[in-house]
Amino acid sequence: MPSRPQPRFPEPHTEPFWAAVKEGRLTYQQCTDCQTVVFTPRLVCTSCGSDRLPYRDSSGEGSIYTFTVVRQNRNPVFAEMGAYVLAWVDLDEGFRMLSNIVGAADPTRDISVGQRVRVEFEPQESGDYPIPVFRPIA
Amino acid sequence: MANQRRDAAIVGIHEYPLRVAPGRSAMQIKVESIKAALEDAGLKWSDVDAIYDTNDGEGGGGLGMAAYLGLSPTVIDTTAVGGSSYEFQAAHAFRDIAAGKANVAILSYGSTAASSRRAIGTGGATGVGLPNWQNNMEDPYGMITVGNYALVARRHMHEYGTTTRDLAEISIATRLHATRNPEAVKAMSDLQFVGTGEITVEDVLESRMIADPLHLLECCMQSDGGGAVVIASADVARGTRKPPAWILGTGEATKYRQNGGDITTSAGAQSGPAAFAEAQVRPDEIDIAMIYDSFTITVAVCLEDLGFCKKGEIKDFVKDQRLRFDSPLKPTLNTDGGGLSSNHPGMRGIFLLLESVRQLRGESTSQVADARLAVAHGNGGALGGSHSGGTVILARD
Repeated sequence: MPSRPQPRFPEPHTEPFWAAVKEGRLTYQQCTDCQTVVFTPRLVCTSCGSDRLPYRDSSGEGSIYTFTVVRQNRNPVFAEMGAYVLAWVDLDEGFRMLSNIVGAADPTRDISVGQRVRVEFEPQESGDYPIPVFRPIA
Repeated sequence: MANQRRDAAIVGIHEYPLRVAPGRSAMQIKVESIKAALEDAGLKWSDVDAIYDTNDGEGGGGLGMAAYLGLSPTVIDTTAVGGSSYEFQAAHAFRDIAAGKANVAILSYGSTAASSRRAIGTGGATGVGLPNWQNNMEDPYGMITVGNYALVARRHMHEYGTTTRDLAEISIATRLHATRNPEAVKAMSDLQFVGTGEITVEDVLESRMIADPLHLLECCMQSDGGGAVVIASADVARGTRKPPAWILGTGEATKYRQNGGDITTSAGAQSGPAAFAEAQVRPDEIDIAMIYDSFTITVAVCLEDLGFCKKGEIKDFVKDQRLRFDSPLKPTLNTDGGGLSSNHPGMRGIFLLLESVRQLRGESTSQVADARLAVAHGNGGALGGSHSGGTVILARD
């Protein structure tokens, strides 16, 4: 499979997230002051504005909030990939993440809203970072 | 409705007639359109004292447009929030004119998306520009515009039982209106549509799947095009060539991905009620609904959010071909042929204003008898992610 586009650096917001991915961890932020879960990474809490936002490790399990099977993408990498599943995944810790769902023989029939999925870190032929994607839990 | 405002009105319009315009630049389309819209209003170049522009290339923006046109405006505004920018700009012009800061405002748009072969819906460009807090979390996954909207459609179907057959009603009504608009027919022909006639539910169902559950005939075209709008104060509007289309109320809102959020509700749920409240009218009084049809789902969600029906009830609302121009029921949808079948160069918001005004003047190719009230609702950005909703309610005298 062709390598996916990589995150690019320097980019200070997302560096901690991707450094954790390299170690096989999926992370999110949680506000120390009001406990709001924050994702994607940023400097301030989206509920109270606090800047006390430590990273926490996610279990990597969640459910599909919604998905689509994309049939047409002029980006050569995804064009070569063929039909792929784009999804918003609701992780059990309460954050919603854009990702791809992999491992379905027929994504138009085997993927559904609400389906349980687990993260895996897909190695890439080129680039430093594996990419977190989700696979249905058998 | 004695308290309804009559502070500012759209008094001049022009839609660039071509959807494939090789050899023309976006700036040229804008400037030709401004000139024609001022002529439509019967106003002079030197009357313009306010410029609104998205700065979408070629050195535009409020500053660039002033320099090109040789004007010395007292107000410039470079609001750029995607396809709904023109509803936002009209709202700002309405405010600025009501506040006495300007008398004659121009909004313009030009694009050569088709001739320059920009892939708006399926381009999936990554690694362009500097990395940032957003693209560094999305680039690896192949997010494209149509995919983003498909995520909303899927969830809407899951929650409310909406089907492609329901959404197809939007494509069918819009195409019917396009077949009556010679510019839209030429657009479909020039852009090599497989068919340029009316379509059926089966045609939509059998068209190619682009991103499940959205089919080809649920996606807008990619054209060249543009246009211009002149908005003037009440004093000026009383003396222009055509009947004024008064701006009664406006609303602006944003929405974005939120943890645990509901993506079947758009920014229109905030901008719509604000606009209706200011205008002192109800959705059921609206004759013409010009709703941004990037995709069928955009119209479905926005009609619900503006209050034409309750959330999740679009499947019942669109029944019996009620959206057609010759239906006895209000409102009529996208009588110019929409982005689906007439004109979508990337940011369609300006065309929503243009066709609203044509209806209120009695100039539409799918004219609704005695059309008195129109709503133009733009949705910019991406419906399933960060987007903007801009609502403008217009009335004739």
